[in-house]
Amino acid sequence: MTASVEETAVRHYETVIGIETHLELATASKMFCACPSTFGAEPNTQVCPVCLGEPGSLPVTNSRAVEYAVRIGLALNCRIAERSQFHRKNYFYPDMPKNYQISQYDEPLCVGGWLDVDVDGEPRRIGITRVHLEEDTGKSLHVGATGRIHGADYSLVDYNRAGIPLVEIVSEPDMRSAEEARAYAEELRAVLATLGVSDVKLEEGSMRFDVNISIRPVGHAEFGTKVELKNLNSLRSLYRAVGYEAERQRRVLADGGRLTQETRHWDEGHGRTEPMRSKEYATDYRYFPEPDLVPIEALPAWVEEVRQTLPVLPAERRRALADATGLGAKEVGWLSRDPEVLAYFEQVVAGAGGKAPRDPKVVATWVMGELQHSLREFEHVMADNPVGPERLGELLDLVAAGTVSATAAKDVLAELFTTEAAPTTVVERKGLAQISDASALTAVVDRVVADNPDLVAKYRGGKQGVLGNLVGQVMRETKGRANPKLVTDLLRRRLD
Amino acid sequence: MSPAGTDLTELPAHALADLYARGEASAVEATGAHLERIRTTDDVLHAFLTVADEQALADARAVDAARARGEPLGPLAGVPLALKDVLVTKGLRTTAGSKILEEFRPPYDATVVERLRRAGVVVLGKTNMDEFAMGSSTENSGFGTTRNPWDPDRVPGGSSGGSAAAVAAGQATLGIGTDTGGSIRQPAALCGIVGIKPTYGLVSRYGLIAFASSLDQVGPLAREVRDAALLLEAVAGHDPMDSTSIADAPTDFTSHLDRGVAGMRIGVVKEMFPEGGAEPGVLARVREAVDRLERLGARVEECSLPSFEYALSAYYLIAPAEASSNLARYDGVRWGLRIKDPTDVVDMMQRTRQAGFGAEVKRRIMLGTYALSAGYYDAYYGQAQKARTLVLREFQAAFERFDLLAGPTSPTVAFPIGARVDDPLAMYLSDVFTIPVNLAGNAAVTVPAGLVDGLPVGLQLIAPVLGEATMLRAAYAFEQDRGVVERPGVSRGEVRS
Repeated sequence: MTASVEETAVRHYETVIGIETHLELATASKMFCACPSTFGAEPNTQVCPVCLGEPGSLPVTNSRAVEYAVRIGLALNCRIAERSQFHRKNYFYPDMPKNYQISQYDEPLCVGGWLDVDVDGEPRRIGITRVHLEEDTGKSLHVGATGRIHGADYSLVDYNRAGIPLVEIVSEPDMRSAEEARAYAEELRAVLATLGVSDVKLEEGSMRFDVNISIRPVGHAEFGTKVELKNLNSLRSLYRAVGYEAERQRRVLADGGRLTQETRHWDEGHGRTEPMRSKEYATDYRYFPEPDLVPIEALPAWVEEVRQTLPVLPAERRRALADATGLGAKEVGWLSRDPEVLAYFEQVVAGAGGKAPRDPKVVATWVMGELQHSLREFEHVMADNPVGPERLGELLDLVAAGTVSATAAKDVLAELFTTEAAPTTVVERKGLAQISDASALTAVVDRVVADNPDLVAKYRGGKQGVLGNLVGQVMRETKGRANPKLVTDLLRRRLD
Repeated sequence: MSPAGTDLTELPAHALADLYARGEASAVEATGAHLERIRTTDDVLHAFLTVADEQALADARAVDAARARGEPLGPLAGVPLALKDVLVTKGLRTTAGSKILEEFRPPYDATVVERLRRAGVVVLGKTNMDEFAMGSSTENSGFGTTRNPWDPDRVPGGSSGGSAAAVAAGQATLGIGTDTGGSIRQPAALCGIVGIKPTYGLVSRYGLIAFASSLDQVGPLAREVRDAALLLEAVAGHDPMDSTSIADAPTDFTSHLDRGVAGMRIGVVKEMFPEGGAEPGVLARVREAVDRLERLGARVEECSLPSFEYALSAYYLIAPAEASSNLARYDGVRWGLRIKDPTDVVDMMQRTRQAGFGAEVKRRIMLGTYALSAGYYDAYYGQAQKARTLVLREFQAAFERFDLLAGPTSPTVAFPIGARVDDPLAMYLSDVFTIPVNLAGNAAVTVPAGLVDGLPVGLQLIAPVLGEATMLRAAYAFEQDRGVVERPGVSRGEVRS
């Protein structure tokens, strides 16, 4: 028996991954002019001489964008350069108004940090090479068979996006698997969402990933031939693309082939990467210092001020959450993934002023389970969740007090999606209140005992396990409203 | 209304303002007289690319009406001006002397243009220039050469040759030019007028179509120092739209104009009097000028700035490098020329640029692209930046000893049209004495210093950063003491074709 290609390859090569993240900042105006930076306006309505690169126009740096980039740098444990510089990156492309992009080159704003991520419960530290500022380009629409610039019948350009502030976050090549790449991207997104510097919407392109990936024999220090992956519009495509590409590279080498340094496009539909036309990417950008802008000065005192305004970051929040709730890493990780979910969870636990906090484990079970189920069923997301934390809290209180059974509570929750009524009202209106009155249940218990002589005989013969069957029948008879504990007690008393 | 026999086109701005104030002439009359002068002389001179006569007369009427209502007006209200076609004017064709922008109508006004309008200055039209300000003769214009009013067979200098010729010929009282390596001072010297290259950052570049962003500066042209100083006051000052604009710079250049040069320390730059590197007649006029300043009480001493030797080479790497990037936006996608029936976008960009740019512009784009290329950056652009720093340091050291430096503006008088078009290096040498100031970012002025064989020579006075007031004081003292104001033949109606 010889090992399969895959087995051989997996044993001998490791994957090396670095990620460049582009993030549109949520500043009110663009990077170098006063145009609004909102998404989705009619094409070419959010433009001015500056972002259109009209002859004679000049850029002026948006100081809020600098502040946001510094926030990101500080959150990623970077050193903030006291003096940094914009450069021009020169290449011709029709959606770039000036045919150069104002970016940063060898004097970036933030350098040398890290991000701690959790990969299936294992901590990993991913290095951050740099964080720098630049301007976004416009958007081209190529009309024709290919949908790409080559072979298009004609092209239209929308410059609304041109000049939107972008931050580029470059990681060290510290990731070794698709799981690590996804964990990094996910943690980075959580940090950026917490900082409030961007709306981090992958589907709208406000957060985009370019992945550099290579493989090398295990134990080698030298990097293999690097491939850059583009068009990764979701965490799912990032994960799939990295997995596919690493495997493709292993196969090429296993087949005795050679890898070429290239840029490849992720085809989500076919689940594969494809080479891009090399013509679309120039190699010599002829960087030189942007003479129209003065250097960015980030004085230490100001940087300290910014640091003081940083919110509690996800990792620290997760630690605090675990300590405060006793929840396991998995639950904590799940709840903290989305700041909206986390805030919701915390509000349900905290409850109304003056009351004792609710049991975090119970709340977590409901928020992660039944609430998500209902959200999907009613086609809602957390952002437009019609069941506020007060109403869910109230419902959980009814369960805890025995007023409503857990089973019935699920129906109440579903009902809350279509009404604005309070849980108590729903319970009353639907007659779902739990029956905890023994006299109300005696008749049903008697009937079930009378109808099941065989089971009764078995129980009395020592088979205690059949009791559950009898309890279930009583619950069914009462449409789930009977207090199961009370039913058990009543049955025992009746049979013993 | 104007006093009998007064030719309004020969008066300086401050004299026009006096006539307006006394009600002896109107802005409409002065504007009309200048438009008439343009009509009778511009077939030969070709100083203007666009004459905005209707707009100019409307603006002049508005100034006269404001005056009639008793509104407070600045010293240049109603004064006619020639604007270099490199500053954008809303709705008014702006070409930068290039076929690629032949029909370009900008959507906004340059800050300088806004300030001129606010001051009530009447813009007569847009003047000819070397394409994208690259040149020293206006022969690189996409729309024909401007001729020198002193001798129509000779160049007016460049790149602001249109504005300089217009002011020299009385087509306009004032002119606005731009100076990247000498493009105000050299044509002013060759046309026998005053031209100021202000400190980098004193005048806003917003709306100035860029040639080399770190060197470009807007400045005034006039027949007299006082007029140039008044015009500088009108356009100078911080602009939030230009990040390189200086905050809190002084903007009073006229209050102390007549305080003389007594006690002023003036260094005569040895490197600006090179054996065989400049015409003897030019050097003789400039030496006489320096002697005059000494007689007026200045303490004159020779000084040396050895790095001047590297300035020209450094400039011809830095300026083209920036230009290669600045001119990338002319690709047929958004405005200006677009060639017909392109096969694809690359073809459209390539053929548009091939058709739209002239030879000198292409030469500099190639030079600059090369200088910035991977593997050559350090040897060319990087090295040039070091030379630039050296020039700056030498200037700083010199200004610890001197208030001003002096030398010729141009190594030659106006040269014949066509004499240098086939020899780019000879053309580049026209700016050998002006370029160091652009590299260092400080200020300089050229002031008429007499004639050689009937052609004007300019004295260049160089000041430290923001030293304009002192510099203009010396220029004014020199001009007033010299007294005579030579005028070109064209202003006496002697136009040959």
